[in-house]
Amino acid sequence: MEKNKRMLVRFVRYGILTVSILFIVIGIMKQEYLEVLQKAVKICLECIGIG
Amino acid sequence: MSGMHWNRVKISFQRRIQILSAVVWNGYVAGFQKGKIFIGPSKALCVPVLNCYSCPGALGACPIGALQTALGGTHHFPFYVLGTLMLFGIVLGRVVCGLLCPFGLVQDLLHKIPAPKWKVPEGIDRPARYVKYIILLVVVILLPAFWTTKTGINPPYFCKYICPAGTLGGGIPHMISDPGLRMLAGALFDWKLLVLAAILIASAFIHRPFCRYLCPLGAFYAVFNRFSFYQMHLDQSKCIGCKKCEHSCPMTVEVTKNINSPECIRCGKCREACPTGAISSGMIREIER
Repeated sequence: MEKNKRMLVRFVRYGILTVSILFIVIGIMKQEYLEVLQKAVKICLECIGIG
Repeated sequence: MSGMHWNRVKISFQRRIQILSAVVWNGYVAGFQKGKIFIGPSKALCVPVLNCYSCPGALGACPIGALQTALGGTHHFPFYVLGTLMLFGIVLGRVVCGLLCPFGLVQDLLHKIPAPKWKVPEGIDRPARYVKYIILLVVVILLPAFWTTKTGINPPYFCKYICPAGTLGGGIPHMISDPGLRMLAGALFDWKLLVLAAILIASAFIHRPFCRYLCPLGAFYAVFNRFSFYQMHLDQSKCIGCKKCEHSCPMTVEVTKNINSPECIRCGKCREACPTGAISSGMIREIER
């Protein structure tokens, strides 16, 4: 029982790691980082409380 | 873990990492002098912590701000931001909260103020902890994705109405340095100042109230705590059941029952308190060895 639980945790751990790397690669291929950059290089008026 | 002494002030391992981390995320010193923000390519990278990209010193992008922008701007699935957040979550879990977050450091320092420390009654504390998950789901994900204003934009609702890190790191420095922005500040800025003040004041009495009850980034990483590569470990054969670990835990985690609880921020206080060295932490391979 304990062994099965540990196996499941390990499976989820490496599964999430794989999915997260896959997401990042897809995001880079879709150039989503440019959208992040565009937003982050300007003062965000909402964030600083101007609206 | 032993700390170092500077003029008789003991600086713990946790505090040294927190200070170093805050400096690294906000290393653009010229920004504070000029009152302008950094516009280099590193702003395309999300940092793991709640650190406003409008802070004059910020070298990277806030993941919560970036997530709301991705959801609200082009309405596509945010592969890049979500993947980055998941990667931080699965590798580190809430060690990000305990060791790396600058706003966590601010709250920790405020809690050092000699004031009565309030232990929130369990009947309030337990349900209130779920508020951060609701904020993550509703304010960070659903509202920016589906709630369009009359002007046709989907604002980052969390940044706009709640985020105290943005007010402290971005809002206040810009208001000080830019008279033009000061002229534009109105009721929204007053509201955000009020939220910030409430959290900062509460931090003197309650340990990390924002991390505990409101932070959507903490909520996101909490989901990964049980599975992350960085884990806390309790050696049952060494544990004498003295509960010193639980008494020392600032997040009131039941260390002996659930050491990798979603609420554990991996600050290491339990490890320091354990008289028998039964608690260890590190990347999973070190623990399994």
